[in-house]
Amino acid sequence: MAEKGKSNRVQVLSGNEACALGALAAGMRFYAGYPITPSSEVAEVLSLELPKVGGVFIQMEDEIASIGAIIGASLAGSKSMTATSGPGFSLMQENIGYASMAEVPIVIVNVMRGGPSTGLPTMPAQADIMQARWGTHGDHPVIALAPYSVREAFTLTVRAFNLAESFRTPVVLLMDEILGHVNEKVVLPLPQELEIVDRVRPQVSPQDYLPYAFTKNGVPPMVSFGEGYRYHVTGLAHDESGFPTNQPEKIERLLLRLNGKLEKNRENIVDFQVDDFDDAQVGVISYGSSARAARHAVRLAREAGIKAGLFRLKTIWPFADQEIEAHTKHLKAWIVPEMNLGQIAHEVEWVVGRSIPVHRINRIDGNPINPLEIMAKIKEIA
Amino acid sequence: MFDYETYLRTSKMPLIWCAGCGDGIVLKAMLRAIHKLGLEKDKICMVSGIGCSSRLTGYVDFNTLHTTHGRAITFATGIKMARPELHVIVVTGDGDATAIGGNHYIHAARRNIDLTVILFNNNIYGMTGGQVSPTTPLGKFASTAPYGNFENSFNISGLALAAGASFVARSTVYHATQLEKYVEKAILKKGFSVVEVITQCPTTYGRRNREGTAVDMMLAQKENSIPVSRARTMSEEELEGKIVTGILVDTEKPECRSEYQKIIDRFSQPTGSVETKR
Amino acid sequence: MNEKVAVAGKIEIRINEAWCKGCAICVEFCPQDVLVMENGVAQVCNLEACTACGLCELRCPDFAITVKKG
Repeated sequence: MAEKGKSNRVQVLSGNEACALGALAAGMRFYAGYPITPSSEVAEVLSLELPKVGGVFIQMEDEIASIGAIIGASLAGSKSMTATSGPGFSLMQENIGYASMAEVPIVIVNVMRGGPSTGLPTMPAQADIMQARWGTHGDHPVIALAPYSVREAFTLTVRAFNLAESFRTPVVLLMDEILGHVNEKVVLPLPQELEIVDRVRPQVSPQDYLPYAFTKNGVPPMVSFGEGYRYHVTGLAHDESGFPTNQPEKIERLLLRLNGKLEKNRENIVDFQVDDFDDAQVGVISYGSSARAARHAVRLAREAGIKAGLFRLKTIWPFADQEIEAHTKHLKAWIVPEMNLGQIAHEVEWVVGRSIPVHRINRIDGNPINPLEIMAKIKEIA
Repeated sequence: MFDYETYLRTSKMPLIWCAGCGDGIVLKAMLRAIHKLGLEKDKICMVSGIGCSSRLTGYVDFNTLHTTHGRAITFATGIKMARPELHVIVVTGDGDATAIGGNHYIHAARRNIDLTVILFNNNIYGMTGGQVSPTTPLGKFASTAPYGNFENSFNISGLALAAGASFVARSTVYHATQLEKYVEKAILKKGFSVVEVITQCPTTYGRRNREGTAVDMMLAQKENSIPVSRARTMSEEELEGKIVTGILVDTEKPECRSEYQKIIDRFSQPTGSVETKR
Repeated sequence: MNEKVAVAGKIEIRINEAWCKGCAICVEFCPQDVLVMENGVAQVCNLEACTACGLCELRCPDFAITVKKG
């Protein structure tokens, strides 16, 4: 019976559609966005579905307005999201910094396309890895996740909201054009099977509430506007009460907490998946749709008797440096296939130093990486 | 005569503004209007951008949000759409709302979303040291217009009006009581409302343009103001350098959030549960 | 708080010297010449003439002067 129930739930969805459904399942009730290929289906699905659950969809005049609106809505108590691609993601950067500084939970979906500039609107890339990390100015925390399948576009969107709410921080979901537009047969989890996390509310009266208090896990409790706690939110450096300060010790204390809170909780954030790694001699690190090619290549290698293994990043930032280091010990080399000129490979090199070679496989012409190309490199090393 | 302190975060005072700055006079008019309307402090959300006037939100005992430069209206739009029961009031300046934030200003007017914008127009970027702004008149001096401004300036109330705002009024700091009435009407209006206030910056504008003290600048506001009814009988040349005060538009039209509510009411499912199947 | 209070009959003028920035707006707009600038802050010099019209309070940008009529 259970199996039959499950087969009834098989559906064909694109990654963009699954992402939109994931957001709804996570409790997202406010979406603001601006049309941009290859992300627009996220907005289209949500414009249809949000009013059905009493939520709000609005198409803004640009991406700067979109992220401004979702920060406002989040402060007003709604789980909020926007979706975009490279050019729009660039426009959002200043307000991503605002959300980091003011600790407003939001989710930004970036369905990556080829860049720089207008680049390749209908073709995939994974070249916004570093923009997701350092796009806005100043030292700041950020979380970025990268799904590799349609089902994971759903589950990692749910996780993106859970992390944003848990740590009062913007979370970037890095999809890519392939994943956004590919249609797959999926069985999505039922709502009751999902873990949904909401922001921690204060246990104190409005008089005693400090919106930027120093708590044990580094995350201050948060209350919505309009609920009797009249407080101030600013992008200026502020003290625990939320008001601007120019006292050096208070500024440093704030920024250290802000930048430390994700590090403090990294084991709850950093997520990855390993395939065939127990006896692996050649490791492949990949993520997003490139990891699909990487997984195929590792299987081909195993069929050919080569001990290859896949380390797939599900969390891009904070980077899985300790985990990669731990998996480096018995390897001859790492191979890092990605649709950019080595943005993650560079991080891997930084982690392993000169202990083993890090081979790059890069593709920047708007085409996906061919598994055979990865297989050839595995063979060469093994 | 009026207990302003009920609405102020007095521990954050004195105000950051320079001696003679008109912004505090506008703040007072806003608080009197809010008091007259009997609005609950918890139900007011005041949102500002960046600039002198935008520092206002730090001093008032409401839900306050000091955002990024030019973007106050976008944050306010999110708040209003998510929680329509809140009174969302935007505090912004001429540079904030009509240079860097110009696109949001006209689109909020087009959507006719129920926000109240109090636009402090001092014809200059005060906080950064007196640079030329979109409302600096032709020929006037600024730190980045050392030979006089060679650009034409914006009629920012006219801009809101043309873009579709429900309510637009202009007043000055000198006319503080009139200003209070306009703020009151603007908050009451269901739709996008703008009150443009001409306010003086004696420090970076007045001094550079030899306009005298704050008092001199306020007296000039009085001298140069023309009520809109009279302005309609005057030629463009006669109106050169004048401040047309009064209610420029006051109309009823569909409001964005209320229209969206109709969609929610029509299509929302009674269970409110989310399906993961399409 | 450095507050100075002047009382005459039913009229009371309070000046918060910590908030007053000495712009002289209250002094110049007072129709009865009740106020004067002294050492950069507003002072009451002629309270008897005050009619409690409240123009000083209306126009003080710094919330530094309040007028009460008992």
